[in-house]
Amino acid sequence: MLAALIFYLFAGILSLSALMVITARNPVHSVLFLILAFFNAAGLFVMLGAEFIGMLLVIVYVGAVAVLFLFVVMMLNMEFKELRKGSMRFIPVGLLLGGVLLTELVIVYQTWKINPKVLTETLGDSAAAPEVPLTNTEALGQILYTDYIYIFQGAGMILLVAMIGAIVLTLRERSGLKRQKVADQQKRQASDVLEIKKVTPGTGI
Amino acid sequence: MLEYYTFFGLSIPVFLVGIGVLIGALLLSVAYLTYFERKVLGAMQRRQGPMTVGPLGLLQPIADGLKLFSKETIIPSAAHRAVFLIAPMLLFMLALIAWAVIPVGAQMVLSNINVGILYLFAVSSMGVYGVIMAGWASNSRYAFLGAMRSASQMVSYEVSMGLIIVSVLLVCGSLNLSEIVLAERPWFAQILLIPMFVVFLVSILAETNRAPFDLPEGESELSGGFMVEYSSMTFALFFLGEYANMILMSGMTVVLFMGGWLAPLPLEAFEYVPGIVWFVLKTTLVLFFFIWARATFPRYRYDQLMRLGWKVFLPFTLGWIVLMSGTLLAFDALP
Repeated sequence: MLAALIFYLFAGILSLSALMVITARNPVHSVLFLILAFFNAAGLFVMLGAEFIGMLLVIVYVGAVAVLFLFVVMMLNMEFKELRKGSMRFIPVGLLLGGVLLTELVIVYQTWKINPKVLTETLGDSAAAPEVPLTNTEALGQILYTDYIYIFQGAGMILLVAMIGAIVLTLRERSGLKRQKVADQQKRQASDVLEIKKVTPGTGI
Repeated sequence: MLEYYTFFGLSIPVFLVGIGVLIGALLLSVAYLTYFERKVLGAMQRRQGPMTVGPLGLLQPIADGLKLFSKETIIPSAAHRAVFLIAPMLLFMLALIAWAVIPVGAQMVLSNINVGILYLFAVSSMGVYGVIMAGWASNSRYAFLGAMRSASQMVSYEVSMGLIIVSVLLVCGSLNLSEIVLAERPWFAQILLIPMFVVFLVSILAETNRAPFDLPEGESELSGGFMVEYSSMTFALFFLGEYANMILMSGMTVVLFMGGWLAPLPLEAFEYVPGIVWFVLKTTLVLFFFIWARATFPRYRYDQLMRLGWKVFLPFTLGWIVLMSGTLLAFDALP
């Protein structure tokens, strides 16, 4: 009963805020609603017992990715009305894309099969259930780093390449910059820069 | 996995009373943390600190609170009203909800979830939103600059904080905070954790925007930073949130590195002292460090702050994790 109530609370806020993301007038409000949507999705994951994924969603998407979104949107200070002008023209394309995505999701859901090995090895089938049930962090780790290690490392490599690519593309050499050189500062001695002179009154240096 | 909303066998009234006691204790600690800070700063600068309101000035925080209550809440006419008001509430709420998973004594924790440390990390990484929202909604250049600084600072230091947490997890082998406290740590792992402890202490200063990393509110250049437009209770919420966050980060340090509620030495006399006393004492020690650092160091320059985060702490923690996991593997001490 309580579980159902909490589920509908999360799901309701999730759908509403997702709707607000695309209808809000102000782009900053859109991003804030997007964050609310992420957060509620994390709540749903926790309800499913996937607390590790839920926390990861909050840490990665809410804590890092959305911060950058918000940064960019705030800095750009764009006129959203200008952008909205011709947006009605794109509705058919948008609907088409949405439809394709929805169909694909339904197909995936219909044909979803959990690898039987995963079930027996990590969750324990009825015959050989482990004495202490694995937490889902351990369960994920045992699958991710054994059966799917190459795919997992491959995904890591792709992200690394993307990161280096972004750095290379945005890095520009600028001349005439004054940078702090700590080593130079440390090396500097009083005797290098200070000179003590005897000045006789009335003559100057 | 349904134990998340069955309240761990406790009946709901007991649970609510627990929450009430925790929040009450937390608010009281925040009030007296400000007193503690002013007294310690006073002593370090050879002054008296607050001493006129009540005996030894003990009623000063209450007088300050009443003063803030009685002021008028001013909302700038150009501000985005809703976001402007949500921001301080969000910041304060996040500082409170994080306490749900912190074990203040053996079995003394509101919800003993098995991803406790991730929850803490998630909650503390959301703190940045309160700051950004406040800065943007104020519609003021100073506030916006302060928010931008704060956001980039918090995001930068979170990375190395995450890696430090990973190193503790490597030694303890659990994400549950109580198990982290109770886990047996081999002596070489404890030695290897000491540099991580130091980096963590510096990172929590940056994460809570405290001196010497208080650039977001650097009064000499930004006249108060992201909370410059806030007054009265909205300001008080930011203030309470900042101090509650300090206590939270100290509690996190105690749990990760200082043995939580356990007695510091295995003496027999210490076993009669309840665990919560040790927890409070250790937290106070870390809080003293916060104030000590504030009294000691001048404010960092912004580029120095970023350099420290990305070019010193990040490579160091990354390398140290490799070293630690290698050592643990070599001694066959991985949990």
